[in-house]
Amino acid sequence: MGHDHDHSHDHPHAHHHDDHDHDHDNHLTPIAARVKALETVLVAKGYVDPAALDVIIDTYETKIGPRNGARIVAKAWCDPDFAAWLKRDATAAIASLGFAGRGGEHMVAAFNTPEQHNMVVCTLCSCYPWPVLGLPPVWYKSPPYRSRAVIDPRGVLAEFGVTLPETTRIRVWDSTAETRFIVIPLRPAGTEDWSEDRLAAIVSRDSMIGTGLPLPGAAP
Amino acid sequence: MNGGQDLGGQMGFGPVAPEPDEPVFHAGWEKRVLAMSVAAGAMGHWSIDESRHARESIPPADYLSFSYYRIWLAGLEKLLLNHGFVTPEELDSGRDLKRGTTPRRLLRGADVPAVLHKGFPADRPATAPPRFKAGDHVRTINMHPKGHTRLPRYVRSKVGVIEQAHGMHVLPDTSAHGKGESPQWLYTVVFTGPELWGRDGDPGLTVSVECWESYLEPV
Repeated sequence: MGHDHDHSHDHPHAHHHDDHDHDHDNHLTPIAARVKALETVLVAKGYVDPAALDVIIDTYETKIGPRNGARIVAKAWCDPDFAAWLKRDATAAIASLGFAGRGGEHMVAAFNTPEQHNMVVCTLCSCYPWPVLGLPPVWYKSPPYRSRAVIDPRGVLAEFGVTLPETTRIRVWDSTAETRFIVIPLRPAGTEDWSEDRLAAIVSRDSMIGTGLPLPGAAP
Repeated sequence: MNGGQDLGGQMGFGPVAPEPDEPVFHAGWEKRVLAMSVAAGAMGHWSIDESRHARESIPPADYLSFSYYRIWLAGLEKLLLNHGFVTPEELDSGRDLKRGTTPRRLLRGADVPAVLHKGFPADRPATAPPRFKAGDHVRTINMHPKGHTRLPRYVRSKVGVIEQAHGMHVLPDTSAHGKGESPQWLYTVVFTGPELWGRDGDPGLTVSVECWESYLEPV
């Protein structure tokens, strides 16, 4: 029997090939076989349209992701009226850029200040603002982050290479309802004459979750 | 329920392991589970709260050892079984063996973008004034229901401050069990590190939790 690739999440560096649905004898892994059986039944019984599955996957693989959120942040940095709208009614301000819907029906924008850093978690499951950041990374859904973000956020930040001044307060937002949160990081010094597009390129996904910071010169 | 999902403040899981250049999915089957969960949910037979409860009621040892899409698979199978869409024999064999529940809706490929863009808003028209306003001090109730709730254990019986009222939202505690939407006012409530964690609480930390009105009492 081949080994169970389902545990690959916990060992991201153990992969030697890209096909995690098959074992070394080219058999479907048990989990992949079970999923295939489920899909076969649902399609046969007319409960799901296979075309819908393909569109859903393509949407989250290629169309919706953290580049959406980066556009929101860059616009907030450049346009004070948009930033004020984002503070007042984030759902409407974000919808004006075309981002809305499933997993982001009720948005709140948490603005970092020199005095307070914001960080987002879902201790109870994996709530995450899909329309603006896409699907969440594995670490966001996993016990180490979900357990410690609310009790030891500075320790968690250190694991992301972020050390804040002792005097900076930390505000953690636990996503227990259908409200979803996007962190608006501080605009880095030295970017005053940058265009919105150039700014968007330095807004990392993690900086909008609150586990990272945008850095001028950093790779997007 | 006090299940494996209620992780806030638990210890011993080790460091967070961010993966550089992480792909959206790590295996082909994960994509299908995500898509089937969205498409089957769009049939309209269960709420997001019921689907969360299906996942959190997986035995804790399994919940904590399963990858996240395996949790979603287990939850989806449970929902389909509970609502009479499939049988255990069908799940095991991959064959259509028995007529199941007739779906209310079918999500067609062409309709996916519009359905996703519209989403499933949880707010409802206000039918009562809010009991609390920004700045009010409140205490969360102490409760340990066997069913679904969105008040985590670490924030029960704690004093916090109302920051914002969000209008009336569907109550997960009833919605998860087919007992109606029972909309209630929803608030962002802010707690200090020392209030939550006592002498181990970071004085420079605040944590906010979204609380429905029945989770709160005045101080």
